[in-house]
Amino acid sequence: MKVRVAVQLKGGILDPQGKAVEQGLHGFGFSVDKVRVGRLIEFEVPASDAETAKAQAQAMCDKLLVNPVMEKAVIEVVS
Amino acid sequence: MRVAVPVFPGSNCDHDALHACGAVMGWDAVPVWHQETALPVGTDLVLIPGGFSYGDYLRCGAIAALSPVMADIKRHAENGGLVLGICNGFQILCEAQLLPGALLKNQTLRFIHKEVYLRVERTDLPFTKALKPGQVLRIPEAHGDGNYTLDAAGLEALEARGGVAFRYCHADGQVGETSADNGAMNAIAGLVNDKGNVLGMMPHPERAVEKLLGNDDGLGIFRSLALALAPA
Repeated sequence: MKVRVAVQLKGGILDPQGKAVEQGLHGFGFSVDKVRVGRLIEFEVPASDAETAKAQAQAMCDKLLVNPVMEKAVIEVVS
Repeated sequence: MRVAVPVFPGSNCDHDALHACGAVMGWDAVPVWHQETALPVGTDLVLIPGGFSYGDYLRCGAIAALSPVMADIKRHAENGGLVLGICNGFQILCEAQLLPGALLKNQTLRFIHKEVYLRVERTDLPFTKALKPGQVLRIPEAHGDGNYTLDAAGLEALEARGGVAFRYCHADGQVGETSADNGAMNAIAGLVNDKGNVLGMMPHPERAVEKLLGNDDGLGIFRSLALALAPA
């Protein structure tokens, strides 16, 4: 099954990349606020149901994909 | 005195570390490739050098923290062995959970490469025992991700146990809102674990060990280690 993990900095953590992108967008005249930059990780796992796939992805987040000090993740089973 | 300097793909301060420990301090300093599963027999100090291990992929230090050699470095630390992580070495120690917290992108959005002032907060550590309380060191730093971050409860616990070894300060030793360009919480430049045998710091003392090259303020840290590891 295909899984997508969206990793983002936690709410209270300053995101300088987001700030730089926001300034860039302001430069083009866009009215935009609270830009946050994250990371999208996509992979396939040999699981027969979404529940199992999600559990596997969660284990990967705990071990490596996410640093809980500063990041949070949203796991989505795509197909 | 034997020093092991683990080398990861992308380490670039390993030779500076080996030079400071070997040519300057006269120690037996050896590089250890990250695929090794054991540190050299009789290793007194592990110095994890700066650089961009694994190109900083995923997060700074995250992949290096999984290297085979790290298992033996963890064992060395658990047995009370000394570990010093500088710059990327500090990031690796945080990712390996040998030290609390994480290093985020500098708040300035820039790579900061300059000499900074550090105030010595602890002088009872193997890394600082040759220094004086409140002493100000001028040490070079060079990093894009030195913004030390920890959750509020963790930070409070860290301060309560006196875990901070060095803080960014002004030339006169004052620590304030503007003393840490990178945005590090509480101006933390270096910290130790509970036992005080693992130290991580962003600035590079190994680049400031020879007067001839303009600055030897980093020597105090190496002399401290010499004192700490001298045969009784």
